[in-house]
Amino acid sequence: MSATATPVTAAASDDLRFRYAVHLGDTSLILAQRLGEWVGHAPALEEDLALANIALDLLGQARHLLSYAGEIEGKGRSEDDLAFLRDPSDFGNLALVEQPNVDFGHTIVRQFLIDAWQLELFERLQSSVEPRFAELAAKALKETRYHYRFSSGWMVRLGDGTEESHQRVQAGLDALWKFTNELFAPGAVDEEAAAAGLGPDPASLRAAWLANVEPVLAEATLKKPADVSYRWFGKRNQHGEHLSHLLAEMQFMQRTYPGMQW
Amino acid sequence: MSQQRKQWPLYEVFIRARSGLEHKHVGSIHAVDARQAVEHARDLYTRRQEGVSIWVVRSSDITASDPGEAEALFEPAKDKIYRHPTFYSIPDEVKNL
Repeated sequence: MSATATPVTAAASDDLRFRYAVHLGDTSLILAQRLGEWVGHAPALEEDLALANIALDLLGQARHLLSYAGEIEGKGRSEDDLAFLRDPSDFGNLALVEQPNVDFGHTIVRQFLIDAWQLELFERLQSSVEPRFAELAAKALKETRYHYRFSSGWMVRLGDGTEESHQRVQAGLDALWKFTNELFAPGAVDEEAAAAGLGPDPASLRAAWLANVEPVLAEATLKKPADVSYRWFGKRNQHGEHLSHLLAEMQFMQRTYPGMQW
Repeated sequence: MSQQRKQWPLYEVFIRARSGLEHKHVGSIHAVDARQAVEHARDLYTRRQEGVSIWVVRSSDITASDPGEAEALFEPAKDKIYRHPTFYSIPDEVKNL
């Protein structure tokens, strides 16, 4: 898992920095919001706290990245403006993180698939030519190691648990696996960012991601679903209806009472 | 929550606040196993940088003194004030005793 320096082949424009920060920041932000929906509803008080803790780590990452995006853009937009006043078609998060909560097993699967990816992403993002990305990555990597420990522990516990827990977590895996190919797909902002040395080439993360995923699935006695060729492209700002519903709830206060402060 | 659910076992949590200090009992949490007990203790008891190390132990593994025996166990120490180190004058040079 040693970080390899990304060769710089083109200078990163401000526009590219902005879009890459938004892509990474939105991915953390939207997942934080989904986890936040569990507060008061988790199967045990301890899990309620654990999910909220992870959500707060992700929210911190989003704040760092969206503040930076606002600075780079230079139009005076703050992290809050970007989070609460953009429309779904301006969000660059991965489709995987906007998928609605179904049950605890499904949420664990979604978290696990993302944690296994963020581990590799942040490891390599530490050598970004842009210090603001490298700083974020160094901090977020420590957080993600814990998230992965948490989610992989639950994958095994549920997968190799009772008949019902196995069936639920397998159903979650079957439902979410098709969104994972976007993580490594070319043709979007992260590939451009890689060419400019801002971040890793998305395709280069796949083998390491699989090495984080497959042994856990095996231990959890879960079956890896078949890959599908269709690709969701949240990182090209293409989203399904789920994101609109999520944003309607998340942005309600600022949309209804513009400029409102706590 | 309608159906009867088996409770997870209870773990007692001990936190070391700083290097060099001892682990102190801070409370208890439920968890399915020891590994998860450490995670829950981390999430619940070290949110505000309260610790640098965590111990957990199954509550059922703790043997406690019987409150009914308290008199027999603790009262005999009451009249032995000479066991307290208050009869010595400590030289000024001794800083920490």
